[in-house]
Amino acid sequence: MPDTQALVNDFLNKLKKRKIEGSQATAKQTAELLRSVISQTRVPYTNQAAALIQSVKAVGEGLIAANPVELAVGNVVRRVLHIIREEDLSLTTAAMAGLNLSAVSDDEDDVDGDNQPVLSAAAIAAASRSTLRPPSLQTLLEDVPDSAAVPHTSSSGGDSEGKSKSADKSSRSRKLKHDVIEAVNELIQDINTCHEQIAEQAVEHIHQNEVILTLGSSRTVLEFLCAAKEKKRSFRVFVAEGAPRYQGHLLAKELVTRGLQTTLITDSAIFAMISRVNMVIVGAHAVMANGGVIAPVGLNMVALAAQKHAVPFVVLAGSHKLCPLYPHHPEVLLNELRSPSELLDFGEFSDCLDFGSGIGAPLLHVVNPTFDYVPPKLVSLFITDTGGHNPSYIAEIYQLFVMSLRGEDMKFKSEIMKTNCIAGGNLVKS
Amino acid sequence: MGAQKKSATARVSEDQEELARNPLQAILLADSFATTFRPITLERPKVLLPLVNIPMIDYTLAWLESAGVEEVFVFCCAHSKQVIDYLESSRWSSQPNFSVTTIESHNSISAGDALRLIYERNVIHGDFVLISGDTVSNMSLTQVLQEHKERRKKDANAIMTMVVKKSKPSPITQQSRLGTDELFMAINPVTKQLLCYEDKAEHSKGFISLDKTLIADNPSIILHNDKQDCYIDVCSQEVLSLFTDNFDYQHLRRHFVKGLLVDDIMGYKIFTHEIHSSYAARIDNFRSYDTISKDIIQRWTYPFVPDILCGSSAIKVERQGTYRASDVTLSRSAHIGSFTFIGQGTKIGNDTKISHSVVGEGCTIGSNVTIEGSYIWNNVTIEDGCQLRHAIVCDGVIMKSGAVLQPGVILSFKVVVGQQFVVPAYSKVSLLQQPTQQDSDEELEYADNTSGTGELRYKLNGDIAADLSETAYELGTGGVGYIWSVFEGAQDEEWKHSVAPIPKDKLVKLMLDKDEDEEQLTQDGNVLSASGELKADSDDNGSEDDDNADSRDDYGFFEKEVEATFLRAVHENVKVDHAVLEVNALRLSYNMASVDCAGAIFYSMMKLAVESPHHSASELHRNAADIITKWVKLLKSFLHDIDEEIEVILKFEEMCLESAKEFAALFPQVLHLLYDKEILQEDAILRWADEKEGADESDKVFLKSSEKFVQWLKEAEEEDEDD
Repeated sequence: MPDTQALVNDFLNKLKKRKIEGSQATAKQTAELLRSVISQTRVPYTNQAAALIQSVKAVGEGLIAANPVELAVGNVVRRVLHIIREEDLSLTTAAMAGLNLSAVSDDEDDVDGDNQPVLSAAAIAAASRSTLRPPSLQTLLEDVPDSAAVPHTSSSGGDSEGKSKSADKSSRSRKLKHDVIEAVNELIQDINTCHEQIAEQAVEHIHQNEVILTLGSSRTVLEFLCAAKEKKRSFRVFVAEGAPRYQGHLLAKELVTRGLQTTLITDSAIFAMISRVNMVIVGAHAVMANGGVIAPVGLNMVALAAQKHAVPFVVLAGSHKLCPLYPHHPEVLLNELRSPSELLDFGEFSDCLDFGSGIGAPLLHVVNPTFDYVPPKLVSLFITDTGGHNPSYIAEIYQLFVMSLRGEDMKFKSEIMKTNCIAGGNLVKS
Repeated sequence: MGAQKKSATARVSEDQEELARNPLQAILLADSFATTFRPITLERPKVLLPLVNIPMIDYTLAWLESAGVEEVFVFCCAHSKQVIDYLESSRWSSQPNFSVTTIESHNSISAGDALRLIYERNVIHGDFVLISGDTVSNMSLTQVLQEHKERRKKDANAIMTMVVKKSKPSPITQQSRLGTDELFMAINPVTKQLLCYEDKAEHSKGFISLDKTLIADNPSIILHNDKQDCYIDVCSQEVLSLFTDNFDYQHLRRHFVKGLLVDDIMGYKIFTHEIHSSYAARIDNFRSYDTISKDIIQRWTYPFVPDILCGSSAIKVERQGTYRASDVTLSRSAHIGSFTFIGQGTKIGNDTKISHSVVGEGCTIGSNVTIEGSYIWNNVTIEDGCQLRHAIVCDGVIMKSGAVLQPGVILSFKVVVGQQFVVPAYSKVSLLQQPTQQDSDEELEYADNTSGTGELRYKLNGDIAADLSETAYELGTGGVGYIWSVFEGAQDEEWKHSVAPIPKDKLVKLMLDKDEDEEQLTQDGNVLSASGELKADSDDNGSEDDDNADSRDDYGFFEKEVEATFLRAVHENVKVDHAVLEVNALRLSYNMASVDCAGAIFYSMMKLAVESPHHSASELHRNAADIITKWVKLLKSFLHDIDEEIEVILKFEEMCLESAKEFAALFPQVLHLLYDKEILQEDAILRWADEKEGADESDKVFLKSSEKFVQWLKEAEEEDEDD
């Protein structure tokens, strides 16, 4: 474990010092870190899932606190927790299928033996019913009205898993971890390839002779545009430079080297140019549960300009950017204020910042926010690695997503204890 | 080409290997070897003082860690135990890839001693970063290290690279924004070699001297006064051995840098590296403590800002740069202004106003308290109705209700200020008595600082209880603490380095002194002033032409203000000198030239004369004469040359035509009076007459009425010439 601890600390430090740029890199590194955490966690014979969940949670909490602005970290942690539960569930189901129906009564005995608060027969019945079913979206949807049943599912899953362990202990103990790591690998793979998957859809959206506007720089947008170019679409790109970091300059350079007709404009010229634009395509920092977007500063202005001229505003986002939190959630830090030195030269302005003379307080305030919030009504379309969706559909997806994540992962931080209590059983014990 | 490229890349990789072999080391001096932070530093080492609620050393270490330094040697001397205890309990003791080792000494009295001791320990194996524990920075070391290494390859004598940053000094105080004296550096613009380092230039003389061989040896030299020394040095090992060889080197800059620059036998060279977008500054005095705190709150030091260093869940940045911890108890009617930090567990009462301040953890602040530009550390109790302006209040202080801190006050640990007591400006209050004698000689200052403090503290601690009765009256009823007296000679300097902004009257005085200096210089035929600034007055005139309409308006206000000031001076019998100061202050704040002042003052005088009761023209004349006689000095202090005198005449003319027609008849008499009092020189009057000669008939009314007088003047002059 000291090995992982060092890795975790290292990553924490990087997050804290804001040394990792971009949510894709962050998401990938988070997933890789969690993978090694899982592989290093020693699992007890009973309740393997709970043990894994606990160790992932412990690390995840630290990671989220290190940089709460980088929502991708939380998203990946939630995804990994979800994976553990899913794998656990499917293993249990497989095991259950092998046993006969008497398992239910056995199950009850097991609970008593563990000095658990006795679950009502109905709950157990419901739980075992849902355990028996394959974990499809259908199941999740059916569980919606009875939210209390959701945690029960997992707890009873743990229970019955403990029970079935007696059947084939040795093989199962390795199996869960192995499966989980496999699934996390898939997740990492997904994060790696999200650009390509999004880019594949490019030809459906970019048409011949169109003018596309984008702001700042986003790797996803770059790949998307280039994919369309490779498919022999000819179109023009307007790049707004994206003050104060001027990443648009880099994007313009990159586009030109790939042979795209590019026009660089200032951010303030967006409104003047938007009437000539057929579509706005931008990247995002995170997509919130209501379909709103947290995006690089300046994009709200672009979105408003696009709305005024009825230009479609398309947001590209890998699924690791989908965040099941709402923008008004107190845990969500919407913005980060960066150093004023990106805006102006300290040396030139040092006499304006002389607090020795004058009133002794700064008269010059420099505000340098990193992000904008674009409300869902301004977004025409989201393109994720699973396809194109409109904002209301995103909000709907979240309803499913939230369900599939289970209550305790959603609220994750402060309310872990509470949800555990509701879950009643194994989580608290472990 | 290809081969060249290859060799370049080969060299880079070699560099990297070298870097890999020798982990980057840093020496952090956790002692400033100075007394600027007394009395606070008698009880706690400077590096542990909170800067926006985080100990200074944490900023330095966090930066070193993120800049890729792997091994830090913390040299502690004064209060070494506190520093070591802190480092052991903090997260720094258990970081992977970042080791913090403390080196303790009890008899080092300067940075030179410290470096000699470190040399003896033989722990430094390559290039190292030398900084003190009160430096805040976010710069990247990669470039400066590479430059340093590359120079070393070419020239083994390039032993040190100094980091500098552009920052303009104030033209009035000759001080940087960090409260240090204006620094002059001569730098070769091509090689970036430092050729001259002068931080104690004598401004009174208005010049600094450069060795003429410098000019002979270097094709070009740029003399900077707008560079700030960041006190971050990348040094080669030789630096340590140099300190050992020259045992009289004490101060890093005053002795070592200047010593190397002067010494041309060894031929060691120092280079500079300028940083632009990143931040670096050292806390040297209370003024820089204030400035750097504000820079941190304004996020110049990003990512080393409180919400990131403490974890954003604990502290959140709100609108207008207000930092608030999660569990602050804030009354609904309390007003937290911009750029304010409120620490954990602090309670703030009704109608309290806080702005531009830092309030630490666990403080209790009552109702109707005003806190402005102040630094309040942890567990401070401030009762109802207190007022704090630009003060530093250390841990555990209690301010009883209604107490007032005037600007620049320092309250050291656990001081109690009695009810309604007003602590005078710039006073330093401590539970410890002032060390008896402090010599202004610097060498002794060092000795005094380090050897005495430790024991002194414990000795005094015992005495406090016994002395309570004696000290009580010093800080009002129920107050505990000694007000330190200011040493003679240092008295005028106090405002320079305090947390409070420089008071207006000081600025005015400096401005006046400077104007005088400049005049002298101009008379000497030396047009350039000490700081190379253009004369302020000439600047003003230029801008006035540009926006005449605006300045007219401004002038109206200005005139009214001057009049009000003058009337107050008359009614309250203010001394002439003070009135001059006040008018000068107005001049500065309204950005007026002294011509305008003269006009405005004269206008107010005449208006007073008209408004005071009188029945006949002769009485009015007498009134005017009285007033002019009484305030002649005030008026004269703004009449430096003929133009200003002519302005007075023109003003008078204008008045006679418009606001004070009663004077019209008296014009020649008053003119004569002014001449008699030597307010106007005959040249001015004659020039005025000449100018008016060509004007319209209507304009000539007064010229005609005073024709006789002018004639008389002309004749007198001719007579003079005849003689």
